[in-house]
Amino acid sequence: MATNSFFVNLDQIFILLRNWLVGFLPAVLRPAAGVVLGVIAIVCVFPGLFALTTVFERKGLGRIQNRIGPNRVGPYGLLQPIADGIKSLTKEDIVPLSANAAVHFLAPMVLVVTVFMGFAVLPMGRNMVLVDMDAGLLFFFAMGAATELSVFMAGWSSRNKYSLLGAMRAVAQMISYEVVLLLSSVSVVMITGSLSLPKIVAAQSQYTNGFPHWYIFTPWGLAGFIMYAIAATAETNRSPFDLPEGESELVAGYHTEYSGFKFALFFLGEYLAMFSISGLGTTLFLGGWSAPFSFLTWVPSWFWFFGKVMLSIFVFIWMRGTLPRLRQDQLMNFAWKFVLPFTLLNLLVTALWRFMGEGWARWVVCTVILVAAYVVMGRLEMRSEHFGRRSYRYAE
Amino acid sequence: MLGDGILKGMAETARNFFGSYVSKERLTTVEYPEQRIPTAENARVFPFLVYDGSDWQAGMRCVACQICEKECPPKCIYIEKSADKKPDYVGKQQFYPARFDIDVSVCMSCQICVEVCPFEAIKMDTQFELATTDRFGGLLFDRKELSRSNEYYHSIHPTEAAEVDARLAEEKAKVEAKAKAAAEAAAAKAAAAADAAPPAASPAKSEGGN
Repeated sequence: MATNSFFVNLDQIFILLRNWLVGFLPAVLRPAAGVVLGVIAIVCVFPGLFALTTVFERKGLGRIQNRIGPNRVGPYGLLQPIADGIKSLTKEDIVPLSANAAVHFLAPMVLVVTVFMGFAVLPMGRNMVLVDMDAGLLFFFAMGAATELSVFMAGWSSRNKYSLLGAMRAVAQMISYEVVLLLSSVSVVMITGSLSLPKIVAAQSQYTNGFPHWYIFTPWGLAGFIMYAIAATAETNRSPFDLPEGESELVAGYHTEYSGFKFALFFLGEYLAMFSISGLGTTLFLGGWSAPFSFLTWVPSWFWFFGKVMLSIFVFIWMRGTLPRLRQDQLMNFAWKFVLPFTLLNLLVTALWRFMGEGWARWVVCTVILVAAYVVMGRLEMRSEHFGRRSYRYAE
Repeated sequence: MLGDGILKGMAETARNFFGSYVSKERLTTVEYPEQRIPTAENARVFPFLVYDGSDWQAGMRCVACQICEKECPPKCIYIEKSADKKPDYVGKQQFYPARFDIDVSVCMSCQICVEVCPFEAIKMDTQFELATTDRFGGLLFDRKELSRSNEYYHSIHPTEAAEVDARLAEEKAKVEAKAKAAAEAAAAKAAAAADAAPPAASPAKSEGGN
């Protein structure tokens, strides 16, 4: 019993710590102070994770290419982010003469602030959610859409054709995949019947025969998760969807004219967006903070949440090390001809699942529909068109 | 099926990822300042001046003909001809460079100076660690800094240096043979002259006597 309460306390350690700290203040200030402490924790933890991720990404990519990767600063190169931080802080901040200085200055701030806002509704452990909103999912997507604004602000205000082209690409891509991102999450909402993220996690943290009720273990959940992962990769401008910053064509895309710490803020914003979108994917499909087996429920819930997020980050890096960049028309075709129709079909399948009731019949029906659709649509929509040899009317 | 190529690619990268921790042969790079790969024999970075023997000033092959200075595309060579002369490898009296500067910050490592040099005096070095804190003076090499012995040349480009040495030896032998032939001819002529002299001299003498 003593060990049991120890694990319960470990699970709630951050909540207890916050309550203990807030206890020193008069009762009037306590709710506000609690929120401020939560914000401080988020603002410290995720940039810390960002620093670690940059060095692990570089090492991972190195290993994928049979290189060693950074190993000079500190043991195993772990202090590399500190060196990078000092470098970007001491660099000259250059603003083009013809740029709109105010918007140019605001763009990285808007990006980082809106991305941080998304973390407010993510449940990072049992009872560990900053704001338990009834429409948390809606809030998250509203904040996610605002990052597009900052990207366009950056591209537009720089007065540079590469920046503008990069921003145009980014906006076209993000709007196309935003639709998919939303629609693939809608199927979760259809099953759970709630937009509140803690409720969605609670619905998934039940166990039968030791296995959890995560949505990824259902046919519609798996299909929805794959579509969500594709859209999330595109939404965070990660490879293979990193066209907005394709250095071979666009120098650096929308942040061409940014240097020094403003550039570092863009970099931070990009990685934070990756964390938040992985966090949402974890919450919606991978059971959030719940343990993968019922006998592992004694492990603190926040460990599972961060473990799953870091696993998703690893997959992001793995894909970056594997796949080449898409072409603009391939990107758009993929979004509108394959991912979007498949996601719409998945909504239908989710409805079927919901109304067919318990039993094996719905497993068979839903799986068959989804696999058949995947194969047929993959064949029809994604086939490469051969136009034959190019013929010249006037030449030759 | 759609996506199986992606899975295949991801399996390949995963194999690289874990394999690079297991087998050292997979790693294609070395940790540079500590570990070094010997430079290839045909590697070239910046030119240097070759000298024979142990004294760089006495053995300097360059005769300050200024062909390289004129041919250099980025014009990074500056030569001043000497007022006096010194003997070259065959012993002929030649000019030598009183000043020979190469600005390595301008040099583009094209090797044209090496190709046009008729005296095998300028060759390409493989030394690439030329970083300096003084970007003007530190990158302007004078003739002393540019001088390298023929042994050093042999150590970095053995095949090429052997060819050059063979060519120079042949030339030297030719010059010596010519000199010898000339000397022999001169000696023969002298001998012939000596043979012909007494009869020729006596009439002259007699003439003179007359």
